[in-house]
Amino acid sequence: MNAKTADKIATAVIIAVAAFIVLLLIGLLGYILVRGLGHISFDFLTSAPETIRAGGGIGPQLFNSLFLLVLTMLITIPLGLGAGIYMSEYAPVNRVTAFIRLVVEVLSSFPSIVVGLFGLLIFVNLFEFGFSLFSGALALTVFNLPLMVRITEQGLRSVPQAQKEASLALGLTKWKTITSVMLPIAIPVILTGTILAAGRVFGEAAALLFTAGMSSPRLDFSDWNPLHDVSPLNPFRPAETLAVHIWKINSEGLAPDAPEIAAGASAVLILTVLLFNLVARWLGRYMYRKFTAIK
Amino acid sequence: MAQSFERQKAKPHVTEEWVGRVYTLLCIFLLVATIFSMVYFVASRGLTTFFGDGVNVLELLTGIKWNPEGEPAVFGALPFIFGSFSTSILAALISAPLGFCAAVFMVEIAPRFGRKYLQPVIELLAGIPSVVYGFVGLSVIVPLFRDIFPGQGLGIAAGALVLSIMILPTITTIATDALAGLPSGLKEGSYALGSTRWQTISRIVLPTTLPALLTGIVLGIARAFGEALAVQMVIGNAPHIPRSLFESTSTLTSAITLSMGNTAMGSVHNNALWSLALILMLMTFIFVFIVRWLEGRSKI
Amino acid sequence: MKKTVVLIMALVLTFALAACGKDNNGGNDNGASPTGSAAPGGDVKGSILAAGSSALQPLVDQASKKFMDKNSGISIQVQGGGSGQGLTQVAEGQATIGNSDVFAEEKLDADKAKGLVDHQVAVVGIAAVVNPEVTVDNLTKQQLIDIFTGKVTNWKDVGGKDEKIQIVNRPKSSGTRATFEKYALGEKTEDLQGSIQEDSSGTVKKLVKETPGAIGYLALSYLDDSVKTVKYEGVEAKEENIINGTYPVWAYEHMYTKGEPDAATKAFLDYMMSDDVQNGDVVELGYISANKMQVKRDAEGNISK
Repeated sequence: MNAKTADKIATAVIIAVAAFIVLLLIGLLGYILVRGLGHISFDFLTSAPETIRAGGGIGPQLFNSLFLLVLTMLITIPLGLGAGIYMSEYAPVNRVTAFIRLVVEVLSSFPSIVVGLFGLLIFVNLFEFGFSLFSGALALTVFNLPLMVRITEQGLRSVPQAQKEASLALGLTKWKTITSVMLPIAIPVILTGTILAAGRVFGEAAALLFTAGMSSPRLDFSDWNPLHDVSPLNPFRPAETLAVHIWKINSEGLAPDAPEIAAGASAVLILTVLLFNLVARWLGRYMYRKFTAIK
Repeated sequence: MAQSFERQKAKPHVTEEWVGRVYTLLCIFLLVATIFSMVYFVASRGLTTFFGDGVNVLELLTGIKWNPEGEPAVFGALPFIFGSFSTSILAALISAPLGFCAAVFMVEIAPRFGRKYLQPVIELLAGIPSVVYGFVGLSVIVPLFRDIFPGQGLGIAAGALVLSIMILPTITTIATDALAGLPSGLKEGSYALGSTRWQTISRIVLPTTLPALLTGIVLGIARAFGEALAVQMVIGNAPHIPRSLFESTSTLTSAITLSMGNTAMGSVHNNALWSLALILMLMTFIFVFIVRWLEGRSKI
Repeated sequence: MKKTVVLIMALVLTFALAACGKDNNGGNDNGASPTGSAAPGGDVKGSILAAGSSALQPLVDQASKKFMDKNSGISIQVQGGGSGQGLTQVAEGQATIGNSDVFAEEKLDADKAKGLVDHQVAVVGIAAVVNPEVTVDNLTKQQLIDIFTGKVTNWKDVGGKDEKIQIVNRPKSSGTRATFEKYALGEKTEDLQGSIQEDSSGTVKKLVKETPGAIGYLALSYLDDSVKTVKYEGVEAKEENIINGTYPVWAYEHMYTKGEPDAATKAFLDYMMSDDVQNGDVVELGYISANKMQVKRDAEGNISK
């Protein structure tokens, strides 16, 4: 076979594979959405689930997912930013730093189930937070922290060296330089990464099975005092998120319309993740344009 | 007025600097403390099986019979270890060529089209939650396999197929970065000598980026190794080494999720599950070290 | 910059709240029962944490909501996690009530189990089910043993057509499996090569329904037309046969407390045993009322009238 034919065949194969991957995703999304979209209605999104009757919704689960996301991010962002700033700006070049880098890498590749089990042992049992949103948020923080650190480091590294040096030369302290000069420039990168990380929180189930629990107690959506037991804002109540709900309904669902609910909930989950992706892209592009003054 | 303002202003900056320094140090300390406590707690639970309950380490690693509630209880976790390795390696074997082709497409063949359409598609695949993959696997792949092949459709083949789609983004992203990062002089030199595109790719691009491509594959395997719910739904969960790709078997993760909630803390069965978690954790370390080693070799 | 982020967060939250705001009376309007309050007034205060069995969870959850409507001073949280988790947590004092599908003696060490007080709130029957295509409709104890130990691998050996038997089992740790093995088979079985294991009833049902020649077992509440229920020793798996003791494959659903329960917990447990729950939610969710049982069983499996 001469080189030209080989080249043509190889190119054709590669294009075919690329097309196959696109088709695969279309098929996958299509399958989930076609099965699920018909079941989505305002009522489905807002009503409480039913144990054995048909017509249950996913309202509390949807709320739990969002609330857990906010909680997780409230803990992850300050910690991740801090750790990321240290790694990129303060850490001396020595063995300890290299070791910490290794630790972060290891932590980021831990299976989510191991993180979940650790959460069960520490947050649920040892600290006695029980199966609660708070335990879940902490477990997800463990899971997301390395990602956040890496994102922050990436963001800070994207800041032009000259800008940083100019600020230092003006006599600003390092901390002031970081917070007032570097972070604003790094924010597009950090924000895009954070939103993508948030999407991961939304879809996670294995780590939450053992930490946030699989039950959804009655919520009183008119009571917004976080200290009340029935308040949706109480972080110490057990909470089933959307992803966990799909898992549970697939495996234990007694309601006659369980398959439809699972399909509908999957579609909602996919759409939300899609939304996260789009928002992250849009926001990243928007801010890039804004900060770099490209009109 | 102005003077006192000056004096006050100088000080807060110093304190601020210190507060910032200490804060970031605390954050990193917390991170390191978390992983140490994680290793400590999982290890202390997992090791109890050997030191507290008298199960032989070698027996656990090489035994092929798992009967944790029997009389006497037998803990042979080899079927789980075999299941984990075979599904994740098979998944990588399916996924690696696909991911490599996608990366070549995006970097060498149609950069504009690829970046615009293929990349978002790949990122979306990464965003789909694993429960949804499991759900689709159980309702599409398993019935399909049951009709085509002998057996029940559940097993290593179904698990590997589901996993291969899940790890495709990891492999593709890293391969794309590696290809894009290749010095353009290398490729241009090859073209200038009259090579075709495929010759350039297969003889110049592939060999130079090989360590990076392997890194992607190892990371993909690591992810597949730790994936729990999607695999548990399609693998069948029998604690045996299967005789075919389409026979029910287990992985480390599926064995843990299946029984963790139903066993009481401190019982031998429960401790044995923690030992499985410990194996998972040790494998993570090994994967990270392999990745480090590969990265060390990939300095172009 | 910060403002944009805050604004987006606020928007997301507002949407979520607005969307969820209207379902606050969705779950509890089934509490209007004619028998009225069984617990004495709302003067008892306390908070209860019930954790454990996912099979019992819907019942406790539903009953607790009704109970809280009547006793505003008591708050109850119901959590899953599995029977093992429930027993661990109640034995170590983290949970007030440990829900379990099995006797505590079967999961915990003897001295740990001794401190726990058993409250049997319902009975659950378990039936062998087969794929609808399977022609067999009665299996004897010996036939079931032969199937689940792998001595018989084809349906023609137990009176069916020529088709391979596919076992859909539960994991060793499962309470349902323990009950089935103890009372239907009378012996513990080993996991066979090629058998499928699923922890959850829904998945077992799905696989039995779809897999040709499949056999598994399910709690009565999960039975419907998609799978075929087989008789055990000629006895149909029905509520009255379990109540009068002719159908032996059943188990209690337990709610364990550590020592004697405090006032609030006792009020709730009394409510669980009241006619309101026993004739209402228990039946509705497919369990059998513990009050109706004409036979009793202890942890060793001895039956008494």
